[in-house]
Amino acid sequence: MVEHQLYPETWVDNYADYLFNYAVGRVSDAEIAKDLVQDTFYAGLNSAKNYKGDAAERTWLIAILKRKIIDHYRKINSKKGKAEVRMSYSANHDSEGDWLEEQVADPFSILENDVIENEELGLAIHDCISKLPKKQAMVFKMKTIQGIGTEDICKELAINPSNLWVMIHRARTALMGCLNKNWFNI
Amino acid sequence: MISCEEAVIICNKSQYHEATFFERLKLKFHLFICKTCSKFSKQNTQLTSLCAKAHLQTLTELDKQEMKAELLKKR
Repeated sequence: MVEHQLYPETWVDNYADYLFNYAVGRVSDAEIAKDLVQDTFYAGLNSAKNYKGDAAERTWLIAILKRKIIDHYRKINSKKGKAEVRMSYSANHDSEGDWLEEQVADPFSILENDVIENEELGLAIHDCISKLPKKQAMVFKMKTIQGIGTEDICKELAINPSNLWVMIHRARTALMGCLNKNWFNI
Repeated sequence: MISCEEAVIICNKSQYHEATFFERLKLKFHLFICKTCSKFSKQNTQLTSLCAKAHLQTLTELDKQEMKAELLKKR
């Protein structure tokens, strides 16, 4: 079996977006998610000597992040409001009576699966992006995810537009191939 | 008539709503007669909708620089 190793100096470049996406899906707040990712990296550094190498670097970091997310929820729940029991079901009291029926899950709903699936899709896409050459990945992310205009990207990275479109094209082609392999044929 | 190379560039631009009306018209016409490009265009559009559906999030480069700096301090 191949022994895995840790390379903390590459963590931010390789895993920050992946971990961030994972965290945002669970805490639904970008600032908190960012802090959690940062905490994960700290904790990773501190316990690097305990890393035995049987899990890949990213799996190991995700495991730490999961603990951090649990800790986060413990912390916000241990503050005030812990003993508060919220009894009011809804603001309008006219609907008293059939609230229990309304709480039952709709067995025909497919919406719950959508959320889970979209999150997995997000992680799969990030996985594929991380396999791209660094500059292509950066241009693709700036353009597609952050939605920065062509001109601004060109200025920031000191490239010309046709250069940018070539990079976008290569990134997109690679992503299509990667997603075809990893997403559509599971 | 435009070449496949041009068609591909326009196709990529239109994924970001940056192709002009005339360009899109030229692309439509090209896709009508070119099977390879129309397959590419279909997949490309699919990729765009997948990316939109996934609500992708990233940290900005600035955030990452800060993170790196913080991590270096701790080591």
